[in-house]
Amino acid sequence: MRTLFTAAAVAALSLAAAGGAEAAGKVKACWVYTGPVGDFGYSYQHDQGRLAAAKALGDKVDATTFLENIPDSDSERAIEQLARSGCNIVFTTSFGFMDPTLKVAKKFPKVMFEHATGYKRNPNMSTYAAKFYEGRYVMGQIAGKMTKTNTIGYIVSFPIPEVISGINAFERGMQTTNPNAKIKIVWVNTWFDPGKEADAAKALLAQGADILTQHTDSAAPLQEAEKAGKLGFGQSSDMMKFAPKAQLTANTDNWGPYYTQRIQALIDGKWKSEDTWDGIGKNMVVMAPFANMPDDVKAAAVKTTADIASGALQPFACPVLDQDGKDRCKPGAKTLEDGDVLGMNWYVKGVDDKIPQ
Amino acid sequence: MRLDLDARPQRSTLREILAPVGALIVAILIGGVVIALMGRSTIEAFDVYFVEPLSQSYSLQAIAVKAAPLILIAVGLAFCYRANLWNIGAEGQFIAGGALGGWLGLVTHDGAFQGVLGSWWILPAMMILGALGGLLYAMIPALLRVWLNVSEILSSLMLVYVAQLALDWLVRGPWKDPEGHNLPVSVNLDPEATLPILFDGGSLHLGVLLAPLVAIVAAIVFSKTLFGYQVRLVGSAPKAARFGGFNDRTIAIAAFAISGGLAGLAGVAEVSGRIGQLLPSISPGYGFSAIIVAFLGRLSPVGIFIAGLVLALTFVGGEDAQIAMHLPGDLTLAFQGVLLICVLAADVLARYRLRFTMGARS
Amino acid sequence: MSFDPQQIQDILIIIVAAATPLLLAAIGEVVAERAGVLNLGLEGMMIVGASTGFAFAYMTDSTIVGVIAGILGGVLMSAVFAFLTIGLATNQVAAGLALTIFGRGLANLIGEGFVGLKRSGAPHLYIPGLTDLPLVGRLIFGEDFFVYFAILLTGAVGYWLMRTRAGLTLRAVGENHTSGHSLGVPVRGIRLLAVLFGGACAGLAGCYLSLSYTPFWSPDMTAGRGWIALALVVFASWKPWRALAGAILFGGVAVLALAFQGLGVPIPAQLLNSLPYLTTIIVLVVLSLRDSRGALAPASLGQAFIPDR
Repeated sequence: MRTLFTAAAVAALSLAAAGGAEAAGKVKACWVYTGPVGDFGYSYQHDQGRLAAAKALGDKVDATTFLENIPDSDSERAIEQLARSGCNIVFTTSFGFMDPTLKVAKKFPKVMFEHATGYKRNPNMSTYAAKFYEGRYVMGQIAGKMTKTNTIGYIVSFPIPEVISGINAFERGMQTTNPNAKIKIVWVNTWFDPGKEADAAKALLAQGADILTQHTDSAAPLQEAEKAGKLGFGQSSDMMKFAPKAQLTANTDNWGPYYTQRIQALIDGKWKSEDTWDGIGKNMVVMAPFANMPDDVKAAAVKTTADIASGALQPFACPVLDQDGKDRCKPGAKTLEDGDVLGMNWYVKGVDDKIPQ
Repeated sequence: MRLDLDARPQRSTLREILAPVGALIVAILIGGVVIALMGRSTIEAFDVYFVEPLSQSYSLQAIAVKAAPLILIAVGLAFCYRANLWNIGAEGQFIAGGALGGWLGLVTHDGAFQGVLGSWWILPAMMILGALGGLLYAMIPALLRVWLNVSEILSSLMLVYVAQLALDWLVRGPWKDPEGHNLPVSVNLDPEATLPILFDGGSLHLGVLLAPLVAIVAAIVFSKTLFGYQVRLVGSAPKAARFGGFNDRTIAIAAFAISGGLAGLAGVAEVSGRIGQLLPSISPGYGFSAIIVAFLGRLSPVGIFIAGLVLALTFVGGEDAQIAMHLPGDLTLAFQGVLLICVLAADVLARYRLRFTMGARS
Repeated sequence: MSFDPQQIQDILIIIVAAATPLLLAAIGEVVAERAGVLNLGLEGMMIVGASTGFAFAYMTDSTIVGVIAGILGGVLMSAVFAFLTIGLATNQVAAGLALTIFGRGLANLIGEGFVGLKRSGAPHLYIPGLTDLPLVGRLIFGEDFFVYFAILLTGAVGYWLMRTRAGLTLRAVGENHTSGHSLGVPVRGIRLLAVLFGGACAGLAGCYLSLSYTPFWSPDMTAGRGWIALALVVFASWKPWRALAGAILFGGVAVLALAFQGLGVPIPAQLLNSLPYLTTIIVLVVLSLRDSRGALAPASLGQAFIPDR
């Protein structure tokens, strides 16, 4: 029994060694996802980014490895398994992986790590996130023009800064086109539960909302808008297929260029620990084609998108008044500081809701 | 056609050992066929799934770390199940223990409350609080059962969800790291509140040692003490137990206390030894997996110890298979299900003989 | 804030939709548990029903074919469970949990090729005149066929279980399998049928999710509804009509919490979400105070039965 075991172990080790030699010329990039790649939302878009990087870099990269459906509390082992299996760079794509990634990064100084939406870094650990709120500003402007009932339904998951800054940007965009419009917020306390998201959507439609937007992952709310003959926005992915008559545009996550660029940097020996926070300008946030709206609204949306991309328009340009009318900007500042947006836990003036505690 | 189970005249230790091995082989064969149908190499999959994890120090440590909470919880459950009490709420007791023990780690953060005493007491106190948290949470279904005859299966299951939601609320609210950009995590536990790692660069932490320790103690309790005998008697022959003058209520409460306490201990060890902070969700289903481990191990501490390691191997091997062969994660999940089903079936076949009869009953 | 009566109808329609999957799954489980079998694999059977239902409906472009396939998916899953727990007398709790793990993996494998695809939802009833009635028309005459079927099923099962001889036999098996067996009742045959019926209902509940409620397939789309349905069975104290009322109540609390956010006192969402479980425990306590025999649970619930011939 013992000899058999040893033989098998030797065989396994030599197999592993052979695999390593074969891949020596290539950079091996690996991913960890919080959800299933089939969620057609957040994890799906990261996987699309992986595929885009694989395509762009061709022979230079082995980008075939990922682990899906990894719970936060069990992620350290998954990340470490990847680091040990010969990955040169590991992308950990969920906020909950922050401390586990940092722990593994300290253990494996030769492997590079990239953590999405967190704030802890190391010489071999970068962070990256997208300015989703930029897209939401555009959506707010469109909604302001397209609403007839002046009520926009907004379905949200959890009161974290990414979500709050999205609501605030939407509100500020909407105020520029329609100061009378109001957003009606419903917290569903889940990222993904199609049934519950649909319930929230239907409740909002029943209460007079004629445009829906969401910061949850499934296509259910948009589908409800389509069914009711109302309008809505897609989230994470272009959801046009689900709502050809309802989707105005979608705030899509486009990770491909970033992944390509970071892996290329590693190949060139130029990878550094950085903090990347890009939006429409660097194509990390991409607006899906504007549809189901008149030409003038479309033209305005295209212009706003271009202005945000060039930096001419800042969704949080000062002054930024909160619900009490207090300006949250530093004296003399042109825009709100990044840190204030990244840790946002207050609403701008005009939002008629209380952040749940 | 009908299927009958005939009790085998003699129990055979050999058969009972071979049964799970046979089940493992059947499950592997089923999995192998599926993988072959997918056009992949069955041999490579077997190697990646079962052999490689057992041939590397790192993955052996990973298996031990993953198995430890399963074993701790399942040994506790064995006390309940042997006494014929169906506590299926260990997941909730795990969370309660992790939360209460973890709470002490949060309040002593940055040297608070360490003035006179220093910090040596924090870890032991966390462990005690953790066990206490699980124990107290287990007292709800236990007392409802003993006083009011409320089904403990149902009440303990319902309490799992209550515990999950309560922890979610705490970490998103009062226990949120004030410096954490309003994201739903607590502060990181200080080194004084963290179970130390045993070997540099490894993942084995002090809490993992609790698993073999508890398994050994439980084995002794079951085989050598009056209490162990009482638990078994209450479960197998409650009338005889009452006749013998045992108080079955006291024993029921004690069984629940042990079970909840060990689940809570597993919870705080996981928080302190592995996660290092409190998260909205601290368990990837350990409390439920442990129920299966308890049965795979036939409710004996030694069996549970082995079963916990085997189940942990399927997790680690499953991730290896995703990494090395890019097999879908769902395949490993389905395979786990198949394996459990086979082992449950084999367990019966070890004790009973199957007899198929054609036609109606005589 | 004033309420448009029309809006009340809309909210009630949402509640009915949210209650339907809970009710369908719970009715099946009531029958299984009344026969003495506790199947904790509801969530697993539901998700398999959801994925097979959507897959077949998409491939054949027929909702009916999808529904049949989804029901069969649930039945096959429950057959595995029945083989283990009734044929081999393994522990029901362990087998049910194993079934849920297996079902989750299997459902995602089946559904893998169907992610991101869209179907239009199941048709809704439309009776000219009646459906257009103000205030109640769409609520009563405009639901989809799952809803009407769920209500019919509740009535049929309620009558059959409580008023017929066969139903009485089934309940007797769940109360005391040993004496049933000695009276010549085919205990295991009845349990087998009860478990398969439970599987069919769970499969149908899954189909409802992927074919009507939110007509697409997505992994883990049951999102814990199988566990809520288990709570519902207890809440209803194993009575079909009470399951209907309970489903409306559970669905109603969830929907009203969404619909009236921001109006009242800020109650933590987690507290609202835990209400089904907390009330179920309270119901258990109240029931057992009234009947010391043990909360009216079928006396043999969860116990394996091995006939001694």
